[in-house]
Amino acid sequence: MKQVVNEVFDQVMKVDLIVICMGEDIVGGIGGQGEMDVWGGVFGVIKGFYGKYGDCVIDVLLLESVYVGVVIGVVVCGMWFVVEFMFIDFMGVCFDQIFNQVVKFCYMFGGNVEMLVVIWVMVGVGFCVVVQYSQMLILLFMYILGLKVVCLSNVYDIKGFLFQFICDNDFVIFCEYKNLYVYECEVLEGFYIIFFGEVSIFCDGKDCMIVIYGLMVYCLFEVVSKFVKEGIEVEIVDLCMFLLLDMDIVFDSVIKIGCLVCVDEVSLCCNIVMDIFVQVVMYVFGVLKVQIEMVVLLYVLVFFLLMLEDFYIFSVDQIVNVVCKMMKGVW
Amino acid sequence: MVDNNLFFMLCDELFVVYRKMCIICEFEEWLYIDFGCGDILGFVYFYVGEEVMVIGIMFYLGDGDWIVSMYCGYGYCIVKGVDVIGMMKEIYGKKGGFCNGKGGLMYIVDLSKGMMGVNGIFGVGVFLICGVVLVVKFCGKGEVGIIFIGDGVCNQGIFLESMNLVVVWNFFVIFVVENNGYVEVILCDYGIVVESFVDCVVGFGMFGVSIDGIDLFVVYEVVGEMIKCVWQGGGFVLFECKMVCFYGYFEGDVQIYWVLGEFDDICENYDCIKIFMVQLIKFGVVSVDEIVVIDWEVIELIEMVVKEVKVVLQLIFVDLISDVYVNY
Repeated sequence: MKQVVNEVFDQVMKVDLIVICMGEDIVGGIGGQGEMDVWGGVFGVIKGFYGKYGDCVIDVLLLESVYVGVVIGVVVCGMWFVVEFMFIDFMGVCFDQIFNQVVKFCYMFGGNVEMLVVIWVMVGVGFCVVVQYSQMLILLFMYILGLKVVCLSNVYDIKGFLFQFICDNDFVIFCEYKNLYVYECEVLEGFYIIFFGEVSIFCDGKDCMIVIYGLMVYCLFEVVSKFVKEGIEVEIVDLCMFLLLDMDIVFDSVIKIGCLVCVDEVSLCCNIVMDIFVQVVMYVFGVLKVQIEMVVLLYVLVFFLLMLEDFYIFSVDQIVNVVCKMMKGVW
Repeated sequence: MVDNNLFFMLCDELFVVYRKMCIICEFEEWLYIDFGCGDILGFVYFYVGEEVMVIGIMFYLGDGDWIVSMYCGYGYCIVKGVDVIGMMKEIYGKKGGFCNGKGGLMYIVDLSKGMMGVNGIFGVGVFLICGVVLVVKFCGKGEVGIIFIGDGVCNQGIFLESMNLVVVWNFFVIFVVENNGYVEVILCDYGIVVESFVDCVVGFGMFGVSIDGIDLFVVYEVVGEMIKCVWQGGGFVLFECKMVCFYGYFEGDVQIYWVLGEFDDICENYDCIKIFMVQLIKFGVVSVDEIVVIDWEVIELIEMVVKEVKVVLQLIFVDLISDVYVNY
């Protein structure tokens, strides 16, 4: 994934458009006597960019509130901006700049400015970095009209969506799972776009439908293969984008299948899957063959130790049990 | 003591200055009336009594320079050359306002004039102006950014962060703290430790200058000296302007927290427009008749603007639900 993100930003910054990248340690070594450009971000994704693009890549001290504010001033003047936050957990500091300023500007300026900003931030558990670096806070941003929130499950989608983000004239928060850096998949060469609002159907099925997003999609492949042996076809719907969420594909699948399991990496209260649950009940309740099931987390914070972090997140068996329960209800 | 020669240096501009002061005052007087009648809804914050500082600073700035202000920002807009009709349309929520009627009272922006906006959130301008100046620097231009903030903002961490950023990144930003002694309806003495905000800047290696914000000529002279020094590469500057505000925190503020007689004292002794007018007449720069002519001209101008704006169409539902996103 590192290679893909690097390639996308490289291609965009090569084009004759003004793009600035800003973040903590996205260069590294600035101001010192030793080697410069030592980091390129937490995972070294844009290492080497400072040498290529110079002042278009700006390292900042730990002043999230300041640099998001600076970003707003820059984009109002018509430049494009990519802001790298290490973790979504750090965004509390700049919340005012986000929900009172940057998302409101397009509307409050009467459509006279475009917020050409992508905030690129890591989410989710992984690497045992404890609770303050491991939260799934995507939901906080879903309440804020004026921005778009994306969380993708695979590198192919990331490349296509990243090009879309850069071309889109709205404010986008691009959430990437930290653990996604260890996964690989094939991507197309060159430039391609996946349009906003497109929900992915990862695999087709006719017996049960699971709605999910992000890295959790990978654990479903095992679920699907277990049920294939028993003749049960499970459809996986990958949400991709939460604001604005395209429910049509979800409704089509529910109408086709009638059995819905929602999976989310948060606890059971005011979450994305609860939103889907409510909309399905409101609009297509009549087609449901059995009650909707949800697989969510406990009301607890992320555990620290490696083996316990695995207990924090739900397991394949948990999802399998829920699907079995649902199938029994149908039969 | 202001040098009398100053008058002759500024002679050509003094009529313009007085007229601008009157426009600000008359513009806000109309808002005061129409807000009282219910023609304008929301919160209205006035700048009356504080006109001198923004005019005194803008003397040295060009159209290409940028300002960000607080939400009592009509004065800044007028001095920056923003069209008064567009402003009034925005305030009344009409089509053709600078934000197409959607920004309203607390959000007037005209990027073509370098007016980044009146903003409804305390202190956010300290960042916006840094962003604008980053673009200016990136494009190799030499324009200046000026941020007008109130005394309450100096208590915020973002204020200190932005000063740090300005010095570290060598931005050409001028901070102007308009100190009227009140943070909303609380006295500064109650919640702010420093006696003067110029004390805040010492640690950042910035110059801090405290000015009597009531006398235009004092402002002009002091600001001029400092800005010349800064333009010659001499560092960064914060101006603290001691001034008064006539109408309290917002329109409707009954100001019962003021000391008995405080308002009368302000009207009598701290009316910056009156002080300026008396100075001009005393030194023979203008006559009383010329003052009266300007006064009436401004009154007629604003009356005409308001009449024109009131007949413009209001926004309709379709206008209001767009522009949340550029691409839906």
